[in-house]
Amino acid sequence: MHATRILPALALIAAAGPALAEPAIWGLQVEQLDYRFGEDEDVLAWDFDAVAGTDELRFVWRSEAELLTGPGTFETLENQARVQVPISPFFDAVGGVMVSTPEGPDRVYGVVGVHGLAPQWFEVDADLFVSDKPFARVELDYEALITNRLILTPSVEVSVPLVDDRAIDAGAFGPKLEAGLRLSYDVVDRLVSPYVGVHYERYFGDSADLRRASGEATDAVYFVVGTKILF
Amino acid sequence: MTPSGLARTLALATAALAPLAALAGTYDITVDPVRIETAGFTKSGIGYNGSQIPTVLRFQEGEEVTIRVTNNLSEDTSIHWHGLILPFEEDGVPGISFPGIKPGETFTYRFPIVQSGTYWFHSHSGFQEPDGAFGAIVIEPRAREPYRYDRDYVVQFTDKHPHSGDRVFRNLKLSADYYNRQQRTLFDLLSDAGEKGLGAALADRAAWGDMRMMPTDVEDVQGFAPMINGRDAEANWTGLFKPGERVRLRLINSSAMTYFDVRIPGLEMTVVAADGNDVLPVVVDELRLGVAETYDVIVRPTEDRAYSVLGESMGRTAMARGTLAPREGMAAEIPDLRPAPRLTMADMGMMEGMDHGDMGHGGMGQGGASHVMPDGSTMPGDAHAAMAGGGHVMPDGSTMAGDAHAGMAGGGHTMPDGSRMEGMNHGSMPGMDHSGMAGGDPFYAPGSGLTPEAAEGGKFLSYADLKARAPLYPDREATREIELRLTGNMERYIWSINGVKYEDAEPIRLRMGERVRFKFVNETMMTHPMHLHGMWTILDTGSGARDPIKHTVSVAPGTTLYTETEVDAPGQWAFHCHLSYHMAGGMFRKVIVEGAPKQAMNMPAADHGAEPAAAAHSHAHDEG
Repeated sequence: MHATRILPALALIAAAGPALAEPAIWGLQVEQLDYRFGEDEDVLAWDFDAVAGTDELRFVWRSEAELLTGPGTFETLENQARVQVPISPFFDAVGGVMVSTPEGPDRVYGVVGVHGLAPQWFEVDADLFVSDKPFARVELDYEALITNRLILTPSVEVSVPLVDDRAIDAGAFGPKLEAGLRLSYDVVDRLVSPYVGVHYERYFGDSADLRRASGEATDAVYFVVGTKILF
Repeated sequence: MTPSGLARTLALATAALAPLAALAGTYDITVDPVRIETAGFTKSGIGYNGSQIPTVLRFQEGEEVTIRVTNNLSEDTSIHWHGLILPFEEDGVPGISFPGIKPGETFTYRFPIVQSGTYWFHSHSGFQEPDGAFGAIVIEPRAREPYRYDRDYVVQFTDKHPHSGDRVFRNLKLSADYYNRQQRTLFDLLSDAGEKGLGAALADRAAWGDMRMMPTDVEDVQGFAPMINGRDAEANWTGLFKPGERVRLRLINSSAMTYFDVRIPGLEMTVVAADGNDVLPVVVDELRLGVAETYDVIVRPTEDRAYSVLGESMGRTAMARGTLAPREGMAAEIPDLRPAPRLTMADMGMMEGMDHGDMGHGGMGQGGASHVMPDGSTMPGDAHAAMAGGGHVMPDGSTMAGDAHAGMAGGGHTMPDGSRMEGMNHGSMPGMDHSGMAGGDPFYAPGSGLTPEAAEGGKFLSYADLKARAPLYPDREATREIELRLTGNMERYIWSINGVKYEDAEPIRLRMGERVRFKFVNETMMTHPMHLHGMWTILDTGSGARDPIKHTVSVAPGTTLYTETEVDAPGQWAFHCHLSYHMAGGMFRKVIVEGAPKQAMNMPAADHGAEPAAAAHSHAHDEG
């Protein structure tokens, strides 16, 4: 009785697929969409991740840019195709490709790194950009809740060229530091969170020397308005 | 045949059929896209029979029901009859019981009603249930009920979120704290510093930060409109009474994610049933209605005034409100929300080495201490070893299954001895010294931030208070134990059992006729309402034969609890956390019940018939 009743039913069910098809994960996470008011020039900048995938494998398109509004030229334009795979409860391994196509020479790098959440809630990206002109970069972000909607986000990013790349004024082990402090307010859920803040950049070591030699500034400070977006 | 003979035959046939006809009913349900209205937002959702007001199906015990479900959505749907004992093909879980119901299709469910009480039904497809696809089931018993009431109302709670279920889940995956607006802020830090000094406040902050966990993670998904019977607090569902009447309220929690602490200021509630099964009456002031659970309570308002029926969410972010009143249009006071609870290190299971002492179990594991149970029973040998020589005696004569003891020595779980002892404690040792437990509910970790207290003082219902009025099964030793560690990664919003999420997991295989003891070890920081389809869950509260019979049991963080199931329903069934987004995140298992019923007859205490439907019937008869 059972066999006759259950077996055909099971066959039908099997054809229907799993009970719980895991929904795909996707979204757009804009950490920075800045208008930076500078002493000498204004800059439009962005830093976003477009994400798609599953718990086990995420594809990320990461784009970072700095557009000088005066001349309309990109000082920075980096696009990465990244693949993230979990390696620990809080960290993913990252692999991918980065193309850097600002005004001036273009560069292509392989990317290896880690992305995750360090103790005390520091969001960490640590990447090695591999080519014949390699460099390393570490980014740290922290969200300090003043209230549950008013959030102060300090961020630090350090890029270190590992060899000289004189064409782009990068001197071996001469780091570029970017530090920001943004005060945001979640207006609509976490969808749109406008902010005001400051952004500071400075070159050190050989990189600073090379930039000085080219007649470029080695530091800059900006007042920033912009918005975070999470969709 | 002569005309008179024919007439006589027909009369006989009619007479023979009459009782059957009276116990067969056909019901139609349409599954429709609807607009859901609340005071704060309108959204598109799903409703049964074209309405955001939940449909109530009223059956009779012994009835053969035929339910025709027409899918008017543009996607597949399904209906699961939550808590009903039925053949597995009728259970309504796509991919486990049947293929689902296609758009435009009318699917016909047919099954006998073998039980009575309060249940509910809902879609088991995608996030249709959070989107509104649920209703209530009221089954009138064959026999007279052991309690009296003059009025009978379904009070069905839900947490209606402005975002669609798909959107909520996607947001949680992108950012697990997306909907948590109760996180600790700078101001909280300052006020903590004021209370206990800056150093201590920072140390506490650092301890949580070190784990990358939040003490405020009580409600994953906030920002919803709490509803009763499809109406929000403003629309104010009202049940009428005449002063002095007894009113039966069938409390059902159909929320996607939200536990409600239910109270009616000014009235005591007499709990008469839990998850559809009668319990010995318990008078309480407040109770916690876990997701998917039901309680039947009887109240007796004597004054000619309105009473608020309140459901305060466990995280204290929202208050559901309805009214009992002598006339329409009345309303009583709505009190403020109580302060939000905060998880403690106890809820994290971080109580290693501490709670032995706290719980008065200090002797255990320290060698030589002799624990004596009031009835003189002793624990089996393994326990002694695990407890380093301590002898142990339990008050109620229940014995503890071997595996449970091993845990007392402290296994490799994040919640080492503490939670297990705690679990064992409420399970089997009610007579032991609970002095360290601050008078709290033994179903919460000692020192838990979630242990409930009645709003105006008084009695808050505990699982420990639930005693089955008429046990469905003879009390017998479980034939084996299955450990289910409830696990997860909050940050990634992955939920799992024994560290494995559903899509990577093998089914749990049970054998017909066995009595399985499930050991739930909650290693997460969240509360999980665990629901087994198709078979009853006997919750071990230490009441032996009177352990309550449920379909959903809530496992608090940092605790271990035990349930037993008489495996009497062949086929395959779903077993999962009933929080919609935890279920989707992977805290789900398929259960396959194997073995021909014939074998079952050879098993000890196999009072179940050879044929599964008959077996189910026999329980119903036992109950009646």
